[in-house]
Amino acid sequence: MESRIRYIFLALAGSAIVFSAPVWSQDGTDAPPQVIEPNVERRDLDVAAIDTEDFELTGFVGIMSVEDFETNAVYGVRLAYHINSALFLEAAVGRTEVGDSTAEGIIGNPFFTDRNLTYYDASLGWNILPGESFFGERRSFNSVFYLIGGIGNTDFADDNNFTINFGFGFKFLPTDYLAVRIEARDYLFDTELNGVDKTLNNMQGTINLSWFF
Amino acid sequence: MRIQWPTVFLLALIALFSGAVAADEDIQYVVIADPFIDLHTGPGVGYPVTHVVERGEEIGVIKRRTDWFLVRGPRGKEGWASREQMELTLQPSGLSVEFPDVTLGAYREHRWELGMMAGDFGGATAYTAYGAYGFSKHLAVELNASQILGNFSDGWSAAINLTHTFVPEWRVSPFFSLGTGIIKIEPKSVLAQTEDRSDQVAIVGVGLKGYLSRRFLLRLEYKGYVVLSSRNDNEDVDEWKAGFAIFF
Repeated sequence: MESRIRYIFLALAGSAIVFSAPVWSQDGTDAPPQVIEPNVERRDLDVAAIDTEDFELTGFVGIMSVEDFETNAVYGVRLAYHINSALFLEAAVGRTEVGDSTAEGIIGNPFFTDRNLTYYDASLGWNILPGESFFGERRSFNSVFYLIGGIGNTDFADDNNFTINFGFGFKFLPTDYLAVRIEARDYLFDTELNGVDKTLNNMQGTINLSWFF
Repeated sequence: MRIQWPTVFLLALIALFSGAVAADEDIQYVVIADPFIDLHTGPGVGYPVTHVVERGEEIGVIKRRTDWFLVRGPRGKEGWASREQMELTLQPSGLSVEFPDVTLGAYREHRWELGMMAGDFGGATAYTAYGAYGFSKHLAVELNASQILGNFSDGWSAAINLTHTFVPEWRVSPFFSLGTGIIKIEPKSVLAQTEDRSDQVAIVGVGLKGYLSRRFLLRLEYKGYVVLSSRNDNEDVDEWKAGFAIFF
């Protein structure tokens, strides 16, 4: 039963490839004319009709170390608007669950019940080193090293905290509408959780998948 | 029955790519008028040039990202061309191509604004997100929501404002605003027994709004809040903020 279903799927996939192939080859024959006036009538350029892809939607997973509260998985989404080829604005929301702090471990009961940490921020990114990366001898991808930083809020231990973030990332673009990003970022905020005012330094490393639209 | 994930993935991939092919049908064409144009691997000057297309040859415009265009040249080679070079191409009618930019002119005509600001609200840090709609060049209605993060208490506020821009023709113009809303203050639990309070506020503000570039405007403002509390006396709070907005 299982293998029959597999064959049906493969047959479907195969026929899809066969039928989509002529569409591709048509593009090839359509392209190099201009020796003879083409029969198709070309309309004038409608600039507004050009597909504009200035937005980038990103999902991410990674690990986040919340200072003195262990390291745990973090996940979230980001939405970016590309101002020009160098600068972009990005809003992000992320969430992680914190572990026990040292003091909580000693005392044996938690200081607060809601163990989720949620942050959101607005940041400015700078594509500082654009170029190509080579994978083996035959494959190359567009890639860019970027710096990013901004401000936001962290909801942690029943309290909201003004947060500064900064970091850097590396973005691969396997196609012109998909990107894979590897990013390292630090989130800094002040808290009075143990009665003493101190700055928490929270490092985060993520893998991101982006879609341009 | 077990789900065949590799097959599902393959089908999804095919669906994705055949979708991209179908979208190609509405490609528009222009003819190169300059001696040649450069095709970069990516949308930016930092990406290397891998092909050139010569004068008289035709290119199809696939998509745009910021000021760069993904084009397909003869022999099916694809690459990104800058707007400056695209403006030196000809349309099928022989006219040159123009890509109207969002300029000061569009700023003077804009109706909608979406923006965010950050600053100081009576000693606490505050962020605001706002949206505005202009009835006329001078008059606009604005909705905003703020989050206030203080040392002793946190809070939220939401307000509706009417703004009047004095000289909308100028690149930077002063404006005046008047509004009302609600504010909710939640004292931090570390302190002794206190309760949350929600109060109505009356707001009066002045500020500066200026055109930055493309679709962006910069905004600086001061707002005076009168918190109409249920206690005996009203409370005054000063707010200073700076931010930016996208207009359209």
